[in-house]
Amino acid sequence: MDFLNAIVALSNFVIIPAMAYGSQLALGALGVTLIYGILRFSNFAHGDTMAFGTMVVILFTWLFQSWGISLGPLPTALLAIPFGIAGTAALVLITDRGIYRFYRGQKAKPVVFVIVSIGVMFIYNGLTRFILGADDQRFADGERFIINAREFKQMTGLDEGLGIKTTQGLTVVTAIIVVALLFWFLNRTRTGKSMRAYSDNEDLALLSGINPERVVMVTWLIVAALITVAGTLYGLDKSYKPFTYFQLLLPIFASAIVGGLGSPLGAIAGGFVIAFSEVAITYAWKKVLVYLMPEALEPSGLVQLMATEYKFAVSFMILVVVLLFKPTGLFKGKSV
Amino acid sequence: MSQSIRTYALFALVALLIIGTGLLQGWDLALVILNMGLVSAIMSLGVNLQWGIAGLFNVGVMGFVALGGMAVVLASVDPVAEAWAAGGARAILALVLGAATIVATVLAWKKTKNRWLTAAILIAGFVIYRMVRDPGVDAIEAVNPAGTGFLGGLGLPVVIGWMVGGLLAAGAAWIIGKTALGLRSDYLAIATLGISEIIIAIMKNEEWLTRGVKNVTGLPRPVPDAIDLQNDPGFVERAANLGFDPTAASTLYIKIGYGLMFAAVLIILLVLAQLALNSPWGRMMRAIRDNETSARAMGKDVTFRHLQVFILGSAICGIAGAMMTTLDGQLIPTSYQPLRYTFLIWVMVIVGGSGNNLGAVLGGFLIWFLWVQVEVLGPGFMTWITGALPDDSGLKAHLLDSVQHMRLLTMGVILLLVLRFSPRGLLPER
Repeated sequence: MDFLNAIVALSNFVIIPAMAYGSQLALGALGVTLIYGILRFSNFAHGDTMAFGTMVVILFTWLFQSWGISLGPLPTALLAIPFGIAGTAALVLITDRGIYRFYRGQKAKPVVFVIVSIGVMFIYNGLTRFILGADDQRFADGERFIINAREFKQMTGLDEGLGIKTTQGLTVVTAIIVVALLFWFLNRTRTGKSMRAYSDNEDLALLSGINPERVVMVTWLIVAALITVAGTLYGLDKSYKPFTYFQLLLPIFASAIVGGLGSPLGAIAGGFVIAFSEVAITYAWKKVLVYLMPEALEPSGLVQLMATEYKFAVSFMILVVVLLFKPTGLFKGKSV
Repeated sequence: MSQSIRTYALFALVALLIIGTGLLQGWDLALVILNMGLVSAIMSLGVNLQWGIAGLFNVGVMGFVALGGMAVVLASVDPVAEAWAAGGARAILALVLGAATIVATVLAWKKTKNRWLTAAILIAGFVIYRMVRDPGVDAIEAVNPAGTGFLGGLGLPVVIGWMVGGLLAAGAAWIIGKTALGLRSDYLAIATLGISEIIIAIMKNEEWLTRGVKNVTGLPRPVPDAIDLQNDPGFVERAANLGFDPTAASTLYIKIGYGLMFAAVLIILLVLAQLALNSPWGRMMRAIRDNETSARAMGKDVTFRHLQVFILGSAICGIAGAMMTTLDGQLIPTSYQPLRYTFLIWVMVIVGGSGNNLGAVLGGFLIWFLWVQVEVLGPGFMTWITGALPDDSGLKAHLLDSVQHMRLLTMGVILLLVLRFSPRGLLPER
């Protein structure tokens, strides 16, 4: 019984939140990795693109709510996601036309693109705050839980409850669908194959008659979709604040690098590695250990390895350890 | 020749802007802009050393600036004797043990390459560290939590705190450089970004060291106190002779005092940076930046030189951070935001002209001026733009409300315009 209780507590506080967070990071990291693979630079504006996309979703959600449209138990935001993707896609395509294309034409060094993306970051940041402000926004509605902790206790008779939030379930399911679609697209369709070819060897791809501008455009469209979905899921699961999204840049990049920049599979693995370590290291293990240890050995403190504020430190330390021992990441990434 | 005319003209423009601010909007604002402009110029000088001269992509400026601020607290605040008695020795011992653990782990890995031994040392060291640290820290934080609740500092003069700031930032840069400088430029960027966030997290969280989110206020000042000046009959009389009332005169006097001190630091650092740039060392650094492989083939120790310049640039940022905290008179860990303290400094360097020390200084002044003025003039501008809208329109109210976010937008546009039309900055490298 104690063992079951420990497992339930572990799932409730570590496994389920980390699964949801990992899915969100994986979607974000896929965007970073695609941009790195095709456009060959680290996009610092990624977090703010995510904030912008989520903002469009939030505005449409509010509009639908005011019209009285809802999805019943599911959050209304799901209906607004296509509009959010369209808005984000328009923004990134305009940015690419107006800004990045000039530097592609010049064959500028990757670091120039990075600095340009810092400028773009400022603009997106200002834009999002200008339209929606810098404060917390709530836009989740519908049923809150799939399984309620109290009902679970009654059902099973265990001391520990297991709560699964709708948003957590939704995040994992959506992430699986999106990733499946992405891999199908990259591996099975002509455009997807041309993207991979372009990423592997630009000159050879150009010789084979692949239109680079088309590849770049499709990449931005996919990135816009991924990032809007990731941002919306994160906002539903936690809360929406532009600055938090900017700070997500670090774990997202860490995921992409740990997995191996340029490798989509690596981005997903990296997302889960980072999420699980972050949650596990900042979780107070006392609750689980109480059930597992004999009474004499029960811990007196919280058995929390690090305070929650240090979660960035965790993603960073994993990043450094992986880079020191496997410089191209877990799945062999590019090294430009 | 045209380059030096350009330099003079642009610096004259900056002087004109600041003097114009003084004439039109009051000397108080002009001095605020001037003082923080001096600090910003020093920061961008540090970043220029790393990026412009050595090509290192450091986006962790905020961390070094914050370390400088922390150094002011650690050096110049009076020690809290009670807290030291309660747990000072334990906290220091814990720090030593923590450092020893890291050193032992690294040594164990280098000597034996045994994963299990290394991990065992790390975990055992961490457990011992927490066992020593936690009671000590709890004891320190329990001492008068509303008033102190931290160890305090060494009670040294505040100007020494600036040097400590430089040293602290240099020490952090040494550790970071040892681990991260071997990485590719993208990885170095992410690594420095991460480290700066960690430094801020430490400052927010370790209350025994910096009071965390409770802030440290009332830091000692290197200039006379405003109240003392207003009570000094000699000062009041001199102010009256010049036609000022005592309150205005005392704030101006203090701000001018800061301005002179900061200007002295900036001039010293600028002269040193110019000498370094034009010395054989500077030529070597630029050779490494432009072609690492050939510099290595010429027998230059690239890794060591990168570490060296990374430490120097970070130390300059640390000094600037210490000066800024002194100017504010308080340390507020939550006020450090990467957009303001990392990326804005980058805008200064790029706009001013990377690789040119004078350009970096110019960028520091110019961008800081705009950063302040967009906020000061923004509301008026927005009222003018929205003048045609009816007064009760929601759009007008929203636009007027969110005018404070204009400055981020403006900075992005300026950076992109300069990158597009004058990619080497206003004062290009010669």
